[in-house]
Amino acid sequence: MSEVLAKPLLVDVDLHPKLARLDDLRPYLTDRWWRHLTTYGARYRHGYAKGFPYPKVQPLACRRDAWPEGGGDPGSDLGLMARQHLDPYGVDIGILNPLSPTGQGELDDDFSAAMASATNEWQLHALVARDARLRASVVVPYEDGPAAAAEIRRRAGDPRFAHVLVLSRTAEPLGRRRYWPMLEAATEAGLPLGIHVFGYSGWAMTSGGWCSYYIEEASEHAVSAQALLTSLVMEGCFERFPKLRVVLIEAGFAWLPALGWRLDRLWARMRDEVPELRHPPSHYLKRHVWLSTQPMEEPGDPLALARTIEWIGRDRLLFASDYPHWDYDDARQALPRRLDADLRAAILGGNAAALYGLPSPATARHSDGGT
Amino acid sequence: MIDCDVHPRVPGMAAITPYLPAYWRDSVADRGIPGLDSIAYPHGAPLSCKPAHRAGGGPAADAARLASDLLDPLGLGHAILNPLWGVHLVFNEDMAAAFATALNDWIAAEWLDRDPRLRASVVVPLQDPEAAVAEIERRARDHRFVQVLVPVTGEVPLGRRSLWPVWRKAAEHGLPLGVHAGSAYRYPVTSLGWPSHYIEDAAAQAQGFQSALTSLVCEGTFARIPDLRVVLIESGVTWLPGYLWRLDKFWRGARQEVPWVDRPPSEIARDRIRLTARPFDAPVDDATVAEMVAMLGGTDMLLAASDYPHWQDDAPGLLPPGFPPEALHALAVTNPRAAYPRLEAA
Repeated sequence: MSEVLAKPLLVDVDLHPKLARLDDLRPYLTDRWWRHLTTYGARYRHGYAKGFPYPKVQPLACRRDAWPEGGGDPGSDLGLMARQHLDPYGVDIGILNPLSPTGQGELDDDFSAAMASATNEWQLHALVARDARLRASVVVPYEDGPAAAAEIRRRAGDPRFAHVLVLSRTAEPLGRRRYWPMLEAATEAGLPLGIHVFGYSGWAMTSGGWCSYYIEEASEHAVSAQALLTSLVMEGCFERFPKLRVVLIEAGFAWLPALGWRLDRLWARMRDEVPELRHPPSHYLKRHVWLSTQPMEEPGDPLALARTIEWIGRDRLLFASDYPHWDYDDARQALPRRLDADLRAAILGGNAAALYGLPSPATARHSDGGT
Repeated sequence: MIDCDVHPRVPGMAAITPYLPAYWRDSVADRGIPGLDSIAYPHGAPLSCKPAHRAGGGPAADAARLASDLLDPLGLGHAILNPLWGVHLVFNEDMAAAFATALNDWIAAEWLDRDPRLRASVVVPLQDPEAAVAEIERRARDHRFVQVLVPVTGEVPLGRRSLWPVWRKAAEHGLPLGVHAGSAYRYPVTSLGWPSHYIEDAAAQAQGFQSALTSLVCEGTFARIPDLRVVLIESGVTWLPGYLWRLDKFWRGARQEVPWVDRPPSEIARDRIRLTARPFDAPVDDATVAEMVAMLGGTDMLLAASDYPHWQDDAPGLLPPGFPPEALHALAVTNPRAAYPRLEAA
């Protein structure tokens, strides 16, 4: 036992793999959708044919040292990902969240569904099959609820998938009915709904209009995540799907207690408008929501962070590195020393093991992964 | 004691029309314009009015009723009137300017002239920044107007440069920019689209404030307008510490993009931002409130407000639930006097 306890389980819930070449998707797309992809390309709810509406602060928002020497984008070389991140930190389980091009947020629903399914096949063949530490996400065409549900059912029961992946900036608040088939299918499959920030809703980046800067877009993710959870709660989704579990990825977490307090206060006043709710909103947030760490809030006083985590719940936070992005978190350094050892171990792996039903550390550990 | 957030009710279009120019007075009749009431506070919604203030068809629509409902029982020295009538909803820029002027004239004549304890915010037609500047100039000599009032979500984020002439004019006259919960509804109340329920609209206001504050900081508004002070009104408070931790972190990583932000956003906020303390948005227990106040660095940023007639909580008086009585002097006297330089000058 002692060698097992020497290093706590490390689960990284946010890795970003990338296609080495667009051609890597070719085997998984029909002729029709391959032609569509190469003729019209992706079309999102914004105007840029290349790049992003808010230029990132690093190329592709990636670490400068994560570009493979042999070419390709960061995240496209599994060997480099292992050498830079999985091996040296001893990551036991890493969850893949492919971001683009995956068809998510695509305007053509049928193309979105074809791309999502192809992306899932690619994850299994190109990544999970080659490294036993990796788990895939069920990428879904989330703007089309029934199609998203169909993709989830296609993958249900396959232990190589850890969660369903949705981007946070949906075209309508996520609790609205168009998304219910997807929520239902994820719940039935026993898969958490992993909601990664970004995407383009088509609405202004803030409720007061378009902001100017990337720093604002990045900050806004915590803001829109609050609206997202408000919608899931107030639409009664957690009453309708009592086993629905939601993981917010890269949205921060320090805002959650204040959101729960505000919603509870308003609910006490106006619960007659949302009679499906049998409990105060914070009741659902505490039982159905998990959050990843990176980028975690860093108050000057680490005890303020510790207190905030107590308010959220010690079993709710999941370590994420965000490899290979520029604001990557180092698994050895990211969590403040002032957090107690049990809490740090829970955040680094224990909470994720419980949420995702991962094997115990001893069996999950890659044969040469521990030190 | 000073109450920093009180809402006078416009009883109907007929109250305002005498203050409109002839063209708009005729238009109201000829076109059947019913009024500018906003969906932000539906008349019957519990949040919109405490039950005790609903008698007689609604909360105070005149100074005498406000005195008997609020100023006399609480023994207030001053109350700052923040009219929420929907001038900001109007699309026609000329119409917005005419109605802003009429509303401010009505406030001066029917409220400020009738009770010397009352002060007011200048409602500005932000749809047309030039007209907003003109409206501030029109009111500047009347020291009973102590701040400029805008809704938190309008046509552009509040830090955008097109609005700077308005903020400059406010700062020039010692008028803080009062940013109140509410929207011009140019965009959905969430950046993810329109939610189904009113309770979500009410909840989303706190997110609107986070976005607005990000905009004011990141655009360099505070650097470029050194005398600008901002009061967030009815914003909720407990979101602020965690929000600033996050914005500070992003600033450390991405400040190359906004080089005019030359110190951590949390320092800028501490110097330039004040918030009315109601609603505070904490559990109704003294210990949590005390912890949140400590995370805010104390009570210096907080201003007392009844938020009359809104029904945010059940605590009587100027402090939200959980605040110790010892905090009253700072929130209701010291801090408002510092935040509103024109308050005692009238």
